[in-house]
Amino acid sequence: MIPELGHYALVLALFLALVQATLPLIGAARGDIAWMDVAKPAAIGQFTMILVSFLALTYAYVVSDFSVLNVVQNSHSMKPMLYKVAGVWGNHEGSMLLWVLILAMFGGAVALFGHNLPPTLKARVLSVQAMIGVAFLLFIIATSNPFIRVDPAPLDGTDLNPLLQDPGLAFHPPFLYFGYVGFSMAFSFAVAALIEGRVDPAWARWVRPWTLAAWSGLTMGIALGSWWAYYELGWGGWWFWDPVENASFMPWLAGTALLHSAIVVEKRDALKSWTILLAILTFTLSLIGTFLVRSGVLTSVHAFAVDPARGVFILALLVIATAGALLLYAIRAPSMKMGGLFAPISREGALVLNNLLLSTATATVFLGTLYPLFLDAIDAGKVSVGPPFFNATFIPLMVPLIAAMSVGPLLAWKRADLAGALSRLKFAAVLTVICVLGALYAYQGGPVMALLGVALAAWAFFGAIIELTDRIKLFRAPLAESWRRAVGLPRSSWGMTIAHAGMGVAIAGMTGSAAWMTERIQVMRPGDTAQIAGYELRFDQVEERPIANYQAKTGTFTLSRNGEFLATLHPEERWFPVSRMSTTEAAIRTNWVSDLYVVLGQEQQGGTGGYATRLYHHPLVPWIWIGCVIMMIGGCVSLSDRRFRIGVPARAKRDRQPTPQPAE
Amino acid sequence: MRRLIYILPLGLFVVLAGYFAVGLTRDPSVVPSALIDKPVPEFTLPPLLKDGQGLASAELKGKVQLVNVFASWCVPCRVEHPVLMRLAKEQGVTVKAINYKDKPEDAIRWLNQGGNPYAAIGADQDGRVSIDWGVYGVPETYVIDAEGRIRYKVVGPVMPDEVERHILPLIKSLQGDLQG
Repeated sequence: MIPELGHYALVLALFLALVQATLPLIGAARGDIAWMDVAKPAAIGQFTMILVSFLALTYAYVVSDFSVLNVVQNSHSMKPMLYKVAGVWGNHEGSMLLWVLILAMFGGAVALFGHNLPPTLKARVLSVQAMIGVAFLLFIIATSNPFIRVDPAPLDGTDLNPLLQDPGLAFHPPFLYFGYVGFSMAFSFAVAALIEGRVDPAWARWVRPWTLAAWSGLTMGIALGSWWAYYELGWGGWWFWDPVENASFMPWLAGTALLHSAIVVEKRDALKSWTILLAILTFTLSLIGTFLVRSGVLTSVHAFAVDPARGVFILALLVIATAGALLLYAIRAPSMKMGGLFAPISREGALVLNNLLLSTATATVFLGTLYPLFLDAIDAGKVSVGPPFFNATFIPLMVPLIAAMSVGPLLAWKRADLAGALSRLKFAAVLTVICVLGALYAYQGGPVMALLGVALAAWAFFGAIIELTDRIKLFRAPLAESWRRAVGLPRSSWGMTIAHAGMGVAIAGMTGSAAWMTERIQVMRPGDTAQIAGYELRFDQVEERPIANYQAKTGTFTLSRNGEFLATLHPEERWFPVSRMSTTEAAIRTNWVSDLYVVLGQEQQGGTGGYATRLYHHPLVPWIWIGCVIMMIGGCVSLSDRRFRIGVPARAKRDRQPTPQPAE
Repeated sequence: MRRLIYILPLGLFVVLAGYFAVGLTRDPSVVPSALIDKPVPEFTLPPLLKDGQGLASAELKGKVQLVNVFASWCVPCRVEHPVLMRLAKEQGVTVKAINYKDKPEDAIRWLNQGGNPYAAIGADQDGRVSIDWGVYGVPETYVIDAEGRIRYKVVGPVMPDEVERHILPLIKSLQGDLQG
């Protein structure tokens, strides 16, 4: 009964979305307030119905209702509760349901909290948002219904892919989708603005919080995904330039560009048509990401649903949404007025440079990801593009970006004094040199590129800090004065400082892992000791025991340094009998500056009692994720900025009209 | 003229969508090789290492093994090298190699740096044998069954997911056939 209710609610949501996609749009064109106001209850109703549907599916998973095909295919009665719930979105149908749930949630949030939006813009935004909703709801109901029953019901399920049974991955999709789908809001705002034919600073101010929220979610989602790859795949790598990783990384790059160009629209009323285009492209990249993953056009470890019929549907959806928006753009954008002029050396100029580099980087990743597909389509052969391509093209684009990142915020709007900004950064430069010398001392003979990486990381981090101390006049004014300035500083500027500093921390981590990682692969018998990076690791024993839905083979290693005991490590190999797959669980000992990583491999054949073991020493690796979390915190702090909540236009209106006036 | 710039994104997207539509009809995981399920071509290659083994078609029979085509000048080979090391050292898979159009001293230095996962290495200095194998770029990796037939081919570097998803399951099933 409950699954049928979920199915029914989903169909109801589709009809509500149809109403929301049409009536408010017509109302906005005619100037009919009543029709426009349909948007709010429709958006909230649509969200509620999808939530009911999602909860119905979750219920089926929690009680292990094996009369539902989706539960049979992706769950098992022995599975821990966490993964029963995570199983809801650990499969194609459920993850699409989560997709529309988040889409409707964003729509509902605009309906509820968008009081300061002009009524026509709000109506149009919600209509566009509902059009996307209609398309995806149709997609789910027609090709990926999660509520299909099986009769007779099997006794137990076939279990979720063991690789996905992991806390890191359990929460990876919700964050990732929050980001992907959040960019739909920027898209809806852009299309609504094109329909209105008006883009002004107020528009940029309304778009920015939604973009910020999506960006923060996506940052977290990508970080969780790469953390998972790091400890679960057991190879010690954290980024593989895998097509599915790239699919999430491209919207992130474009979204980062969008965040920055929206600032120019908001503050200076310039770069308008570019920002609109970027908003459309960012969401398009999210859709392309969904298309790539769901259709199986490119295969990868993460693609757990591959079905051409669904591919055709998503492609159609992608074409209608993007081609429609770009057509509207081609018609409307040329008539948009150019805004304020600026000199090349200025804050605007720096932000344009940021946009150029980020969009080129996006294009590079895009080309590298899709090149095999392009060649195949014209029968030019099958190739694969690996990490060497991305490292050779992507990194050179990031170097000037990071170098400019510290300078940009110190430049004035319109026309700036580059020499002055650089001289204010002299402390950052000194600290950077100290860091490089420190790295040189600690790791004699490391690659030269590593020193560049350290320099960029330090420059980004200290540049961000210097910008902040400069603004609050730390050490130049009395402390009380600095404190007052720090408190009075807008949250958005705190957000920027935090996010930029986080980027520096993450770069340090990436550099450390790429340059100074050490690896030992050997066969060890219990009692053997291996040395790595000044640590001794003694292999004590291996024991096998059944846990929940898997069989664990747990190794015990004693870690010490100069004979002094540090920790006991337990790497594991897990065998999942239901799905007949095994996973490796690396044991990681972190001191927040470096990781010691141990993987227990397979037992050697021939009964010698030896096990293949892999040991890695990863300097600075934890900083990659610490940096990402700092960036996300920066995004959230910026999101809490007062001006997003207060909305200047609303206040201006209130000032003019202290009391509501009766209609004439 | 200025209008054209605004139409450009739409034009580019339409081309892209066309590619996607064609792409949907293809399966990227199938790498075409005329030699799949055929016996390995007849060949004999001298050993690369003075005290090592060379490679000849007769030696590729009797057990399931991998043949990897590599060169010291090939960047993707560096990427896949740790993966091959792990396959050989940990999974106990026999990996043999064809060293393609390479200077022996370079290849030897390269192996000294990164380790040698190969049970035997044949030096194919003029690339003739590789042509018979249908090699059209390094690296390439072939799975050979116990009867000396090519069963699977990977073009480009062997990545961890490729190993987990295709190579190891295939080797397991081929070895199973052998025992059963």
